[in-house]
Amino acid sequence: MLMTSPLLLSVKLALVTSGLLLAFGLPLAWWLAFTRFRLRFLVESVVALPIVLPPTVLGFYLLLTLGSHGWLGEFWTRLTGHTLAFSFEGLVVGSVLYSLPFAVQPFTAALGSVDRKLLAASESLGASAWRTFWRITFPLALPGIITGFALSFAHTLGEFGVVLMLGGNIPGRTQTASIAIYDNVQMLDYATAARQSLTLLGISFALLVLINALNRRTKWRLQ
Amino acid sequence: MSSAALNVNIQMPLQQFALQCCFQAQREVVVLFGQSGAGKTSVLDCIAGFRKPEGGEIRLGERTLYSSEAGVNVAVRQRRVGYLSQQPALFPHLSARQNIEYGLLDLPRAERDARVNSALERFRIGALASSRPAAISGGEQQRVALARTLVCEPELLLLDEPLSALDEALKSLLLETLFDWQRERGVPMLYVTHDQEEAYSLSRRVLVMEKGKVIADGKPRDVFSAPVSRERAVVSGYENIFDATIEETHPALGTMTCRVAGTNLMLESPLAEKAAGEQASLAMRAGDILVATVRPAGISARNILAGTIATIVDLAGMVELRVLCGTTGFCVHITRGALQNLGLEPGRAVWLIIKTHSIQFLRR
Repeated sequence: MLMTSPLLLSVKLALVTSGLLLAFGLPLAWWLAFTRFRLRFLVESVVALPIVLPPTVLGFYLLLTLGSHGWLGEFWTRLTGHTLAFSFEGLVVGSVLYSLPFAVQPFTAALGSVDRKLLAASESLGASAWRTFWRITFPLALPGIITGFALSFAHTLGEFGVVLMLGGNIPGRTQTASIAIYDNVQMLDYATAARQSLTLLGISFALLVLINALNRRTKWRLQ
Repeated sequence: MSSAALNVNIQMPLQQFALQCCFQAQREVVVLFGQSGAGKTSVLDCIAGFRKPEGGEIRLGERTLYSSEAGVNVAVRQRRVGYLSQQPALFPHLSARQNIEYGLLDLPRAERDARVNSALERFRIGALASSRPAAISGGEQQRVALARTLVCEPELLLLDEPLSALDEALKSLLLETLFDWQRERGVPMLYVTHDQEEAYSLSRRVLVMEKGKVIADGKPRDVFSAPVSRERAVVSGYENIFDATIEETHPALGTMTCRVAGTNLMLESPLAEKAAGEQASLAMRAGDILVATVRPAGISARNILAGTIATIVDLAGMVELRVLCGTTGFCVHITRGALQNLGLEPGRAVWLIIKTHSIQFLRR
C-alpha cells in the first residue's frame, strides 16, 4: 500500500498537470506561434524560465506565494478553508509552472510549422478561425502536441525539488514517488527504493516508446 | 446571377516601388501580364484580402471589399473570392473528397454531397476521391484544388499562374474546364501570367503591369504590339529594332520619314509626338514583313525596300531570312511553302514590304 500510493499520487499529479497544460498551454502556444507582438520574446523567456531555474528556487518562490501569508495562499485559504501549500492542489500549481516549457515549447513549434499556405487556403474557402484551428492546424500539429503532452507528463512524474519545497513529504497527500524513493534511501531501505525506481523507470520508458510509436504513425499518415 | 463587375483602385508601397493599380473587370477573363516582380501577386493578395492596401477601394458588384475612406476591410473568409496559385495547397491529412467539401461544411449533407459529386465528375477525379494528396500526381492535385475552389461558387476567381507547373496537354484540359465554368457562371476571372503566349491564348483582354502600375489595357494583339521598352520589345518578339533619326514629319498624311542610323535607308512610320531631327527607336516583327521577288505596284504599303537574301535558316514551322538592304539587315519570317513557291535562295534579290503601322516606336 505504502509502495503504490506515492506512485499513484505521482501519476495522478502528472495526468492533472499535463491535462491542464494542454488546456491552457495550447492557446498560449497558438498565440506565441502566430502573434506579431514585438515583445513576444519576453513571454517566451518567461515560459522557458523553469528549464534553467533550479527547482528549489521555483519551489521557494511558490512557497512564499502559496503559503498562508502569500497573496494566492491567503485567497485560497479564504476560499476553501485550507492552505494551498502542503496540499495536492498546491502541487498541481507548482507542477504546471515547472512543466510549462515542456508542453508549450513543443506546442509552439508544432503550430508554427503548419504551412501558412494551408491556413490561407482554409480562410479563402470561407472557414472561420475556429474551424481552421480544429480542422487544419490542430490535426497537422498533432505529433508535436502529443510530444508536449508526454514530455510534461514525464517531467512532472520525475519532479522532485519543487514538490519537496512546496508539498513537504506527507504520505498519501503530497508524497510522490520520487520523494518516497529519496525517503527510503535516507532510511537505508534500498530494496523498496529499488522497486520504486524500477517502476518509475518502466513507466517513463514505456511512455516515451508509446509516444514515439504514435508520432511515427501520425507522421506516416500525413505523408 | 448576382456577380458583377470588379472595381480595383488601390495604392500600397512595396519594396522596390509603389503599387498604384486601377482597373475594372466585367464578367470576363482578364489576363494580368507582367514580368515577375511587377506586383501582380500583390494585387491578387489585396483583392483576396491577404494583404491590406494602404489606400483606395476594391468593389465586387454591390459589395465593398475594401475601402480606406469608409474604413471597410472585409475578412478573407467573407469575400467569396476564389484563389488558386501554382501550389495546390491541399490539406495533406484530408482525402481529395474531404478537401473539395471543405468549403461546404455548413451546407446540409445532401446538397454538399451533390455538389462534391458533380465537381468530382466535372474534373474527372472521381477515382481519386478517397486518395490523400501525397498519393496523387501534381496535375491531379491541381485539379482537386481547382474543384475545391469552384464548388464554393466564388463571385470572383483569382488565378496566379495556376498551371505553370503542368505539361501542355494537362494544361489545355484544365483550361477548358475552367473556361467552361467561367462562361456558365459569368464570374469575373483574373488570370496572372508572365507567359505571353499564354496571355494570347487565354483572353481577349490583357492588362500589362510594370512596376506596380497598369501600363496597358486591351486586346493581346494591340497591347503586345505597342511595346514600351526595348527589353519588352525583345521578349515580345520584335526581331527588328533600329535606332533612327526623324527626317521629316507629315502631319497631314499621319506619317513620318525616319532614317535608320548610320545609313541612307528611309522608313515611313506612323506619326508620333516627335520633331524632325529627334532620335527614335523603331521596332518591327519579323512576321509582319512581306517578301516579293518583283517590285510590287499598286500597293498600300509605304515601305518597299530593295535587298538581297544573305542567309536562310529553317526554324521549326517557319523559315527565317536575313535580308540586307544596303548595310541594314532585316530578319523576316515566312512559311516554308512561301520559300518553295518563290524559289528563294541566298544571294537572290528581293523586295521587302513593310506597312507603316507595322513599325512601332520604343520608349528610349
